[in-house]
Amino acid sequence: MPREDVMKWLRSQYMPHIWCPGCGHGVIMHALLRALCALDKDPDKTVISSGIGCSSRLPGYVDTCTLHTAHGRSLAFATGVKLADPELTVVDVMGDGDCTAIGGNHFIHACRRNIGICAIVMNNNIYGMTGGQASPTTPPGAFATTAPYGAIDPPFDVCHLAIGAGATFVARATIAQPTMCENLIKKGIQHDGFSVIEIVTHCHTQFGRKNKRKEPIENYNFFKDNSVMKAKADSMSPEELKGKIVIGELFQKDGEMEYTARYGQIIDKVSG
Amino acid sequence: MPKAEFWQGNKAIAMGGIAAGCRFFGGYPITPSTEVAEVMAEELPKLGGKFIQMEDEIGGIAAVIGASIAGKKVMTGTSGPGFSLKQELLGFAYMAEIPLVCVDVQRGGPSTGLPTKVSQGDVFQARWGTHGDHATIAYAPSSVQECYNLTVKAFNMAERFRQPVLMMADEVIGHMRERIETPDRSSIKVVDRKKPTCAPKDFVPYLADESDDIPPMAAFGDGYHWHVTGLTTNDWGFPTNDSHDIDKKITRLLRKVDRYRSDIVEYEAESYEDAEVLVVSYGCVSRSALRAVRELRKEGVKVGHFRPITLWPFADAELEKIVADYKIKRVIVPELNMGQMFLEIDRAIHGKADVVSRTLLNGELFKPAQIAAYIKEVA
Repeated sequence: MPREDVMKWLRSQYMPHIWCPGCGHGVIMHALLRALCALDKDPDKTVISSGIGCSSRLPGYVDTCTLHTAHGRSLAFATGVKLADPELTVVDVMGDGDCTAIGGNHFIHACRRNIGICAIVMNNNIYGMTGGQASPTTPPGAFATTAPYGAIDPPFDVCHLAIGAGATFVARATIAQPTMCENLIKKGIQHDGFSVIEIVTHCHTQFGRKNKRKEPIENYNFFKDNSVMKAKADSMSPEELKGKIVIGELFQKDGEMEYTARYGQIIDKVSG
Repeated sequence: MPKAEFWQGNKAIAMGGIAAGCRFFGGYPITPSTEVAEVMAEELPKLGGKFIQMEDEIGGIAAVIGASIAGKKVMTGTSGPGFSLKQELLGFAYMAEIPLVCVDVQRGGPSTGLPTKVSQGDVFQARWGTHGDHATIAYAPSSVQECYNLTVKAFNMAERFRQPVLMMADEVIGHMRERIETPDRSSIKVVDRKKPTCAPKDFVPYLADESDDIPPMAAFGDGYHWHVTGLTTNDWGFPTNDSHDIDKKITRLLRKVDRYRSDIVEYEAESYEDAEVLVVSYGCVSRSALRAVRELRKEGVKVGHFRPITLWPFADAELEKIVADYKIKRVIVPELNMGQMFLEIDRAIHGKADVVSRTLLNGELFKPAQIAAYIKEVA
């Protein structure tokens, strides 16, 4: 059972959730709620936005201001919320298809603007809700219902994409490091700018059944065995890093003014 | 004191929106509607409002939906291809009952079509563009003055009915400059969305008041926790597969507008009392049509004019009554499309007069003489 303070953030009346038993998404939701508790956030002033997919059902279970938008569009909705009321804490949760395929344009532009939103990308390398189709993060060679002979598309590295597009805090963990998930989300929410926390999770139901990782524990062990902290990864060769998941704080740039603050300066300058 | 201005239609739309309380605009540049965004970019921050140029058309409407949920009065603007792109999220706003005004300054289509030339090709897309059933409120301004006045109304309707309202302008009206009078701000009637008065713990976000079928709307940050989704929901705003809840939600979405049809429907009609021929036209076409009608009247031709101001809901019963009461023999519908509203007009009249469609699709505007010739053909 989650702690009492975490339970207060839950809409327990809508349980059981829709996620499969053993799904990694619950670990991420729990880490997010612990982070919100640790930061003593006010549910009246907190917004959790999402797109469409398994991951995007997360906000529905959280007792705060929640916004379940359209596929890929959550960051654009969240941008409107944040700019309209910069006092709100805005967290955006997306899946890998949501964020990097249909919502890719919104993602890179939210990074570029450096708007004060914490984006959590729940990356399970597959479209789970629709039955296991290949996503932009499906590893080459992996099988999916729309890649029955193995995926041939080179995948996106979500964190590299975010850094390249101008996000000012970028970090990664896997669901095998729940405390790190909590701490990184906490830092992401505290960061005064656009933060991206990629959390590598699994879909044993859809990805696992086609890729010999059918049991949740196999996925957990895979993440545990293949995660490498950034400090260590920095001294490893590209050959040694093949197949590894680099975790920890990957990038931080301070001193960039947050978007709504920049707009606030315009208002101060031109309003009478 | 009213103030005289010499404005472009697009500027009048933006200024009308601001007068109605619009404090957030999200959009993407597209001809021939860009000036709406440009005026908003300049004027909104002066009033503490916000403007954002989003990365695409979909982002533009997404941002304004987000801002509306955060309590602002919001607008987005677009043309042609951009209106197609916005359809999905217009559906979201109908479903989640989020007030917004969307301007479509129509240009020639389909596809990229004629970016700088006029058309009325989007009037049925306004009605049925997004998937699923929904009630549409859409205005067709025919002057710069109406661009201003009807945008104020569009905001009031959006706030009152908690749904998108469409300003279906066209390239000619959007870019034309003419004299308008802006009323004193204090004399403008402004409607604000209904807010909940109950304690946050008692708030049922989509439980509509029986008196008007419209649920009060909290803003994020007001202390009310609620869930917004495009899924079909129960009164609690949570996804449902319960057939009773589904039916209740969808029928109410249509009923909340339908039951106030008479508050919404607007039209203007002139010289129809003894007319044998009635021209029905809207938007920029009505300017040419009215001139033709008035000149032919001087020659003794018994012709009148009917101009729908709301395209949707369409003034069907009102038009039918005029045709029936005054024994109109023929109705001519000139449009800058292949006869879209003609279908609705023909349906409305129920065979009480012969209805003919006259179309122009070459990017030009009907000249009054052309419409006069159509009238003479049948008079």
